[in-house]
Amino acid sequence: MSGMNKQGRPTSIGGASATGARETFTGNRALEQEEPLLFELDNPGACGVDFDEPGEFTSHLGNFERQGRIGLARVSEPEVMRHFVRLSAKNYSIDAGLYPLGSCTMKHNPRLNEKMARLPGISDVHPLQPQQTVQGSLELMSELSHWLKELTGMPGVTLSPKAGAHGELCGMMAIRAALIARGEDETRTRVLVPESAHGTNPATAALLGYKVDAIPATKEGRVDLEAFKSKLGPDVAAIMLTNPNTCGLFERDIVKIADAVHEAGAYFYCDGANFNAIVGRVRPGDLGVDAMHINLHKTFSTPHGGGGPGAGPVVFSQALAPFAPLPYVVNGKDGFRLVETEGEAEADGTTPFGRMTAFHGQMGMFVRALSYMLSHGSDGLRQVAEDAVLNANYVLASLKDDLSAPFEGPCMHEALFDDRFLKGTGVETLDFAKAMIDEGYHPMTMYFPLVVHGAMLIEPTETESKQAVDLFIATLKDLARAARSNDKDRFTGAPYMSPRRRLDETGAARRPVLRWAPPPAPAQAAE
Amino acid sequence: MRYLPLTETDRREMLGVIGAKGIDELFRDVPESARRDGLVDLPRRKGELEVERIFERMAAKNVAAGSVPFFVGGGAYRHHVPATVDHLIQRSEFLTSYTPYQPEIAQGTLQYLFEFQTQVAMITGMDVANASMYDGSTGCGEAVLMAHRVTKRRKAVLSGTLHPQYAAVVRNLSDFADYQVETMPPALPGTSEDIISHITDETSCVVVQTPGFFGELHDLRPIAEAAHAKGALLIAVVSEIVSLGAVTPPGEMGADIVVGEGQSIGNGLNFGGPYVGLFATREKYVRQMPGRLCGETVDADGKRGYVLTLSTREQHIRREKATSNICTNSGLCCLAFTIHMSLLGEDGYGQLARINHAAAVKLAERLAAVPGVEILNKAFFNEFTMRLSRPAAEVVDALAEKGVLGGVPASRLLPGVKEAEDLLIVASTEINTDADRAAYAAALKEVL
Repeated sequence: MSGMNKQGRPTSIGGASATGARETFTGNRALEQEEPLLFELDNPGACGVDFDEPGEFTSHLGNFERQGRIGLARVSEPEVMRHFVRLSAKNYSIDAGLYPLGSCTMKHNPRLNEKMARLPGISDVHPLQPQQTVQGSLELMSELSHWLKELTGMPGVTLSPKAGAHGELCGMMAIRAALIARGEDETRTRVLVPESAHGTNPATAALLGYKVDAIPATKEGRVDLEAFKSKLGPDVAAIMLTNPNTCGLFERDIVKIADAVHEAGAYFYCDGANFNAIVGRVRPGDLGVDAMHINLHKTFSTPHGGGGPGAGPVVFSQALAPFAPLPYVVNGKDGFRLVETEGEAEADGTTPFGRMTAFHGQMGMFVRALSYMLSHGSDGLRQVAEDAVLNANYVLASLKDDLSAPFEGPCMHEALFDDRFLKGTGVETLDFAKAMIDEGYHPMTMYFPLVVHGAMLIEPTETESKQAVDLFIATLKDLARAARSNDKDRFTGAPYMSPRRRLDETGAARRPVLRWAPPPAPAQAAE
Repeated sequence: MRYLPLTETDRREMLGVIGAKGIDELFRDVPESARRDGLVDLPRRKGELEVERIFERMAAKNVAAGSVPFFVGGGAYRHHVPATVDHLIQRSEFLTSYTPYQPEIAQGTLQYLFEFQTQVAMITGMDVANASMYDGSTGCGEAVLMAHRVTKRRKAVLSGTLHPQYAAVVRNLSDFADYQVETMPPALPGTSEDIISHITDETSCVVVQTPGFFGELHDLRPIAEAAHAKGALLIAVVSEIVSLGAVTPPGEMGADIVVGEGQSIGNGLNFGGPYVGLFATREKYVRQMPGRLCGETVDADGKRGYVLTLSTREQHIRREKATSNICTNSGLCCLAFTIHMSLLGEDGYGQLARINHAAAVKLAERLAAVPGVEILNKAFFNEFTMRLSRPAAEVVDALAEKGVLGGVPASRLLPGVKEAEDLLIVASTEINTDADRAAYAAALKEVL
């Protein structure tokens, strides 16, 4: 079918039609202002900074001096301010409302963390300053490492991965390095990944040259233990398992799975995307996990920033810890020390597999995450998991008769629904989600996980009040009722009220326009 | 706890609706052996003031770059960031939104990504750019993988001009992905590197950095020509992106992929991250690019709008067949870059670059007069390499004792390389004053 992507999600405008709302002369709608592209604001002579040209000096650019115009827009500071403020008004955000994107953990971002990250003694420090001048930064990294190890019950940690997917890559590299050290790299070529996994899991395994073998799910939305065991063999390198899984469920057989994996001589990679559900209550180390990345931007509230920067530290079991990549911090008798080279690591008795990134990782995110951890403490973090799970179960219990839930509860920190309740209404999951936009909500995660039809994955997080969750539940009930009572246009044309209505994704992909280009010069300006 | 809105009353009522006796019932799927009754062995919660004190204490143990004459570069540079930038990126609508999966309510993010892509394509002299990578080094690794896909070959040649940690990232990725890498020895300024003779019919790409790790500007044209003659791609790396305000961009010298570290524009030092990787290429390779791309389109009312596009390359659609496992970009850092670049504009960007170059030239002249110092570079931008009469690592530590952060000893990144031992890589930007330069020269004279 044309206009559908591989998840079966419509990507074209569909039946959406013009709103019929009153048009203004400007195209603006009160507080919401249309804003041209920056380049369309270009005004020769304007500039947003004041510099003096340097005095006399002898250029050492050789014959590499740039010739000709670059094409950057010339705009003054107030215009820049207004441009970006107007753009910001076109974004939904957690600070403005409930953001129930399942598996993304869109929780409140405390501003204390921002303030701490901006202390000059922390932010204004270069990664290659002499180590005696960065003892505070190294102490901070060491402290964060301690918290991560205690919370997960794992003896090793690396902080350097730049995001969750980068952490996955790091964890799988450590597994492969351990297999190389065991002389089993050539024979162990298969990685088992449940079909409900995030796309990053198979992509990561494939990047490392592994054959990806999908494990089916049971009717209860969990790994099929028997099917899984039958896939184990001497050629399996690892299993990559998300727990709690992407259906929002705790894998009841996880200890049995870990035991079977270890018995088969393979390693257990756990995708820690959903750690928020169990932080302070369950330690992955007690489940038999060998490596797990932690998305600091999920569980530990570093801001999502419109899609990054994230941070993906990885914790390791005893078996994998020696292979953790460079660099890492040690606390020696002369203070903290950064182990940056293979030579230093050798002297330290470790065998790092290599390096994930230049420098030492997402320090700015480490500060924020540690500030969040210190604020909550062991008691607050346990409460985080409990309230996140409570909110999600409350949503599941309150909506299971109005929407349709594919699996029995209790769920963990997110509640999964499917599209059976929309059967015969002519409304699809996408339409339902777009109607939520008009009601003032960011939609939930849709069409993921792939194991249920028309999936809607709702993660309220622990930072939503009961009042906010009640209103959300009431809204979804109203929408479900509207869908069943033939109020189809409310959905298929939605959203009607947002800064833009449905966008033509198919057209965008067919004729990619990925940058602004100056319009062709007019032949002759005719007045 | 101040971040948790649920009260005990709320919790009781909600458990009632769920039909659970207590919270433990909701965790009943956790195997008994892994259930923890008590708290983990970590301190209890703290108020804001206590947390602030802890961080202030740690911050006081660092030497902040802004508190001393500061000349450290090596892939991260201290520049002045206009106040507007940090104000705007802290707006809730930018800071606390996620990846623009719902374009109708994320046009703010999408439009600045489109503007970012345009700015990056313009300054690098390329056709298109993506919506950013984690940083320059990981972008470099991804560029090499992309070159393998484009050429269907498996071997990269890394120039000795490349930042050693970038090279380490590429080697690590290639080792695990079973690709080959040939790394040339460090290209010390004043020597010439014959990379062209290492390009064969099996080479997928050559990776050259300019300004190079030692600060030297390199001519990419002959390398591009040689690479193209053998069917290989040229990947150009720019770790100091301010340079492109004054220097011929790689796109005009035949580069097929340009990778940059964008930290210098809009982003602070932050002890190494988060930064923002720039990634630009030729139109014909767009579908082989890694990372997110934002594209222009129209909405149901025919109004111009923006969406993430060509996502069929990406992991959430393609899973194990994706071009990369990357999920996020470096959103907020990319916004900081876009705002700072908007303030600079055509004129400011060029001026900033010229001021940087002048600062480095003045510093080089001053330090060249110190006995025991030899400046090795011929053509450089805002960073150069000195050969000292003593091991550079010792000199840097001694300078730090005197309150000057004097640069990066090459040996820190090139351990065991004999010729690198006495080399000190020094950067100077618009932040440095004449007094800073005088303090540096005086301290260096005492130390040497």
